[in-house]
Amino acid sequence: MVGVKRWLVWLPLCAFGIIVVVVMWGLYLPADRTVYSAMAGKPLPAFNLPPAVAGKPGLSDRDFRQGKPRLLNVFASWCIPCIAEAPQLLTLKAAGVAIDAVAIRDTGPAITAFLRRNGDPYARIGDDATSRLQLALGSSGVPETFVVDGQGVIRMQHVGDIRAEDVAKLQQALAEAERGE
Amino acid sequence: MTAEFGLAALWFAATLAVLQIALSVIALRRVRADVAAAMRPVAIVQGALVAVAMAALIACFLGSDMSVALVAANSHSAKPWLYKFAGAWGNHEGSMLLWVTILGLAGAAVAQFERRLPERTLIATLGAQAAIALGFYAFLLIASNPFARADPAPRDGAGLNPLLQDPGLAFHPPTLYAGYVGLSVAFSFAVGALVTRDVGPVFARAMRPWVLGAWVFLTLGITAGSYWAYYELGWGGWWFWDPTENASLMPWLAATALLHSVSVLATRDGLRAWTIMLAVVAFSMSMIGTFLVRSGILTSVHAFAVDPTRGSFILALLVIYIGGALALFGARVGTVRQGKLFDPLSREASLVVNNLLLSVILGVVLIGTFYPIVAGAWGVQLSVGAPFFDKTVGPLALILVAVMAAGPLMRWRRDEAAAVIERLQWPIAAALFAGVGVFVLGGWIGVLPTAGIALAGGLAVASVAPLAKRNLRRAPLTLWGMVIAHLGVAVSLAGMAASSAFTTERLAAVYVGDPVQVAGFTVTLDGVRPVIGDNWTALEAKLSVREGDDAPFVLAPQVRYFTTPVTTTNESAIATLAGGQLYTVLGALGDDGRWQLRLWWKPFVTLIWLGGAMIAAGGALSIVGHQRRGWQRRRRRAEQEWWA
Repeated sequence: MVGVKRWLVWLPLCAFGIIVVVVMWGLYLPADRTVYSAMAGKPLPAFNLPPAVAGKPGLSDRDFRQGKPRLLNVFASWCIPCIAEAPQLLTLKAAGVAIDAVAIRDTGPAITAFLRRNGDPYARIGDDATSRLQLALGSSGVPETFVVDGQGVIRMQHVGDIRAEDVAKLQQALAEAERGE
Repeated sequence: MTAEFGLAALWFAATLAVLQIALSVIALRRVRADVAAAMRPVAIVQGALVAVAMAALIACFLGSDMSVALVAANSHSAKPWLYKFAGAWGNHEGSMLLWVTILGLAGAAVAQFERRLPERTLIATLGAQAAIALGFYAFLLIASNPFARADPAPRDGAGLNPLLQDPGLAFHPPTLYAGYVGLSVAFSFAVGALVTRDVGPVFARAMRPWVLGAWVFLTLGITAGSYWAYYELGWGGWWFWDPTENASLMPWLAATALLHSVSVLATRDGLRAWTIMLAVVAFSMSMIGTFLVRSGILTSVHAFAVDPTRGSFILALLVIYIGGALALFGARVGTVRQGKLFDPLSREASLVVNNLLLSVILGVVLIGTFYPIVAGAWGVQLSVGAPFFDKTVGPLALILVAVMAAGPLMRWRRDEAAAVIERLQWPIAAALFAGVGVFVLGGWIGVLPTAGIALAGGLAVASVAPLAKRNLRRAPLTLWGMVIAHLGVAVSLAGMAASSAFTTERLAAVYVGDPVQVAGFTVTLDGVRPVIGDNWTALEAKLSVREGDDAPFVLAPQVRYFTTPVTTTNESAIATLAGGQLYTVLGALGDDGRWQLRLWWKPFVTLIWLGGAMIAAGGALSIVGHQRRGWQRRRRRAEQEWWA
């Protein structure tokens, strides 16, 4: 092999060796199927959404810079898991947590009906008819819940419905956000 | 009884594989030359035995023999016969048995039909093929016995994942596996050639039909799998960059590079070491793909097994085979004689660039697929998805298409820049026309889609250019094969670009009788009624679709409820029209009495799979062409000998 360096022919074997090491690591590592957020630690994107229902204000990123941590719940009246997580949101609200919401691809009457049936934990609801904010938040579905600190920085992203066992986790994240940890 | 019969056949096949390895070592070490005569029959019988084992497993599934643990866990007596049949490989053990069945049959086919390969290389090749088979027999017999009995036997069985209960299951895995495992022949050829140091045009011509055959199956399998996912999963997408899809794409990329470099070796005697290397890499990618899917390191529809013991077993096999072959490559390739050289501006050079680009894309997909595992090792959990692959693979693929358009218009060995540019006039004009045309008609749709459509136009013209000024009837079949395959890439690319740029989506909640507008269609929900299938019940919507003043047609998407296991699936209803597809999915019923409907208009989306089919057809035509040419050459020689 004129022109080809001797060591070059061993390169494929080395590359394969690296793959094997990586794979062995992955194989024996305990499986963790949670989706972690790349948004944690980043400020909320700038947005200003119109009100989604009559009688409740809309939502903008400024509402999250009032010095107190808040929850931002991404939901929709057409989403079944959102019904399942409604009691947990009410529990959080009863514990004094401020919760705002973004309604995804929804209509006012449908949301009003949804809140009448499942309870209303929200202070404000913004109307995101085209999923623009949802995409900017890096949210891939409904429901999702963000813990946002008093400076408008996302501290945690919870993907999927909030189960009873998740409530404590969210409260802890809110408390940490309040202490500024 | 059938199960034990199948298990016995599998043990016999494994024993013959040991014998086959021993025979090849004895023959190659010239201990005794006459044992070589036994190689071919042993390989053929081994293939037949493993096929018998597969047939026995299928018989267990068809007869719903619930005393076989695998049948009980994956089948149900009330399942339609097609899914009982295809269910034989709709699970971990069965799919691995199908894998080795194809491996054994591929070895038998080489033993039966291969006449061009030099004797000693053939012996080494059959030895290598048996060595691969032996490892996977051991895996089945030790870690994944498909014939294990269940005691006590259940009455009905647990049923098959409803997502897999589709005619697609009967064809997609066998086709894809024929492609995956067919590449083992190229791997064994390469190992054989490294053992005997005999690499040249004769070797390349012998290897080419096997590579092409595997590649055709792989292309068909991927195309069919993509369409299956498109209509069955109900998301309206046709490629998800799911790790298991990547697992099939990686061997395809390597095989595509291989079949181009094997052509250079066959016609010009160049790229010797590179071709051997690609042959090893292509099947290595198949095995890595199998490992990814079967080890439980990734979870998806395709991953039946979540079991680190099996993963470790397959990993050990990978280390032995791939590591062994690559070590052999490192040690031996220096002693393979240098092939012919060529100019930087020549068809060979364009094929080298094509090979490098394919390899880079392969590397990117490989890194993207493994990166989450690497990151996980450092405690960072993330997933790599479409945005990464679109941004990286997209531009590379477009450059590849540009090279692909120019390559076949260059001469072998050396060409003049001015002449090449002259031949490229029309393709470049077509590309500009398509690019500007789509901008004028459709507005600005983004860099990648616009470039995609422009390059598709250019490639389409460039692909048929080699036929210009030729008598079409006398043009060789191999040339037709290349033209059709390259044209297929243009067609597929146009479909991808156009459907990604112009798809319109509409999500609506409607009462019965409400019309919904999507992309010029008026879709009216006429009603929803329950229907009963073999092993499911469903709610079926009746949608009447009207475009302008045309007579309406009916689409009937369903939500299916399966009882064993309890699952709901969305059966989309798709209308294929001249300009594209109207894709409808029925969602849930809201508390207010409104039904959710998802409607997509996907213009030109059909071209994606049409292009895939053309690529495969081009490959098939090329095999026929090469075989016919070889046959004609032999006949001419026979005639000359007769005259002399």
